[in-house]
Amino acid sequence: MRDVAVVSYAQSPAQRDTGGTTDVEMLVPVIDRALADAQLTRKEIDFICSGSCDYLAGGAFSFVMAVDALGATPSAQESHVEMDAAWALYEAWLKFQCGEIDVALIYGFGKSAPGDLPDVLSLQLDPYYTQPLWPDSISLAAIQAQMALAKGCFTERDMAEVVAASRRNAIHNPAAQLKGEFDASDLLKEETFVSPLRKHDCCPITDGCSVLILASAEKARALCERPAWLRGINHRMESHFLGTRDLTTSTSTMKAAGTLKLDGDKLDVAELYAPFSHQQLILQQSLKLTDNTRVNPSGGALAGHVLMAAGLDRFGAAAREIWSGRADRALAHATSGPCLQQNMLAILEGA
Amino acid sequence: MKLPEPREAVDRPIYLRYRYRASEQANRFLHAIKKGKILGVRSVGTGKVLVPPPGVCAESGTLTPQDLIELPDRGTVLSFTIVHLPIPNSRLKPPFVVANILLDGADQAFSHIISETDLKRVLIGTRVRAHWKPEAEWDYGLENIEYFVLTDEPAVDIEQHRALRLEEAARHA
Amino acid sequence: MTATEQRLEAEFELGFTYSRSLGPVIGTCFAAFAQKRFLGMRRSDGSVLFPPLEYDPDTAEALSEWVELGSSGVVEGFCWVKQPREKHGELAPFAWALIKLDGADTPFLHKLRVGEEQSVHVGLRVKPVWVAEPLGDITDIAAFVPAAEELTS
Repeated sequence: MRDVAVVSYAQSPAQRDTGGTTDVEMLVPVIDRALADAQLTRKEIDFICSGSCDYLAGGAFSFVMAVDALGATPSAQESHVEMDAAWALYEAWLKFQCGEIDVALIYGFGKSAPGDLPDVLSLQLDPYYTQPLWPDSISLAAIQAQMALAKGCFTERDMAEVVAASRRNAIHNPAAQLKGEFDASDLLKEETFVSPLRKHDCCPITDGCSVLILASAEKARALCERPAWLRGINHRMESHFLGTRDLTTSTSTMKAAGTLKLDGDKLDVAELYAPFSHQQLILQQSLKLTDNTRVNPSGGALAGHVLMAAGLDRFGAAAREIWSGRADRALAHATSGPCLQQNMLAILEGA
Repeated sequence: MKLPEPREAVDRPIYLRYRYRASEQANRFLHAIKKGKILGVRSVGTGKVLVPPPGVCAESGTLTPQDLIELPDRGTVLSFTIVHLPIPNSRLKPPFVVANILLDGADQAFSHIISETDLKRVLIGTRVRAHWKPEAEWDYGLENIEYFVLTDEPAVDIEQHRALRLEEAARHA
Repeated sequence: MTATEQRLEAEFELGFTYSRSLGPVIGTCFAAFAQKRFLGMRRSDGSVLFPPLEYDPDTAEALSEWVELGSSGVVEGFCWVKQPREKHGELAPFAWALIKLDGADTPFLHKLRVGEEQSVHVGLRVKPVWVAEPLGDITDIAAFVPAAEELTS
């Protein structure tokens, strides 16, 4: 296995609505920053890979225009996933393993403001039995929360504590959208939104983009003082059908953790992509994380959620913990599909 | 248990609604064309003039600058094809030409239509000018130009034209 | 160029007019809906899957043993939607529910119309309200209602 490291990461400030700014216009300054931090130019990138969603943008092949942000001539080696950019990172990592590239630039972007995000996400459901009813993403997450609460996996207070911790951690994150000191007891007094979820249990709607640069061992040490080495990566999927899954636990996360021989005890930090507070609890339980692990020091997706970049943001946030020396071993997690249907784990290390 | 005959197919139409806002440069372009003016922008990365102003120069990956340039409504045919099928909801009768037109002063062509002319005279390098719809019908779009027509100028050597444009771009880059 | 031009906006409706072939398994299940029947599929381990699928989600074996299911079921999980979204097609607050039909071992998602949030609970017995002219689709079921309720058309 070739050693690959995260050497740079930049994100746009998380905003509820960027107005008329196009995806490409959002990306250029963030790409410039990510390149500058690694002292690289566009021409030195061997491979670019992006994650975005056409249904979100409202047009087929909408992601093609975003390549302009990289300077599309002379033609570049480029690919795209119709998924969170964390999977674009995975595709790039595979290209490193094939020996084809030494530097890759990954980007994820999405403007959720123009469309109706919860309805857009209905389209990831099976088109025969489920999608025609238009069950939105919040409703499905709410069913999962109800079942987990009924089973006694955690309490509503635990969920409120997750939100309070997220907002508190986000105070230190200049890119976060929702931040501040909140008391769990006050949060619990809020009305429910889609019961049992309250509004604050759901991630916000955010426009933005994120850029991350990977480099092979040969290059990484020149580009970054303390590269964040990707020491394992695994992706597992559960069944498409909600009725055939146990929604109260994350079997695919456990499978990925098992493959990586992950010891929940030996992680300094875990950045978990949990768009809903109860899902962070399900993930923590499935990963058997202890109090030794700081969860979502960035604030996580509850503090700012660019659909299609939120998973990549966990890799970026985990890498930052490594670069700063605050962590020697970090976990980055990304999810996709309804109710944590697919999960990807990656271990990042500082040495 | 008697099974029914399987149903073969179902309609599954998907409709999603979006509320778009124009980008800053697109907004200025659209307001200008509503008044009969065509705006472009010069890329800071390549020195080339792009029309309509794209916000980002695709060649260099740079944001295009705020100062937009007004361009004349005449130019040169870069490439074309003759279309014999009617366009739905258009009052144009085929055959007509769909051409990539390089406006004077621009380095990037855009597609439009050439009509009301002897189509055999359309060549690469042919000079054209815009035929606008009546002003009362002007809206926010390039369709304010109903089509282009041939001018009486001699055809241009397109390679020479592009070489000159590249020289000018290099001076500005 | 004026600096304060009004920012133009446009509403856009994107339509994908898909039609989908169903295959023999989903096609049979859908045809059964037109007869107001629920058909499940027996899995490799003997349990019954609803809705029926062509392949076992765990073992990937091709499935073919049909099982006639009951005409009502129980709620296994739910949520309460106070403010229905336009796409939900509901005028009043309602519940989404995972409903396990009698004879099935897996629940499936549908809508549950109940007067108030407090009336929904796990274990509630529910029955379908069929549309006037079922065509053979999941939407032949307008929604489920508590089984104890009198059906009004």
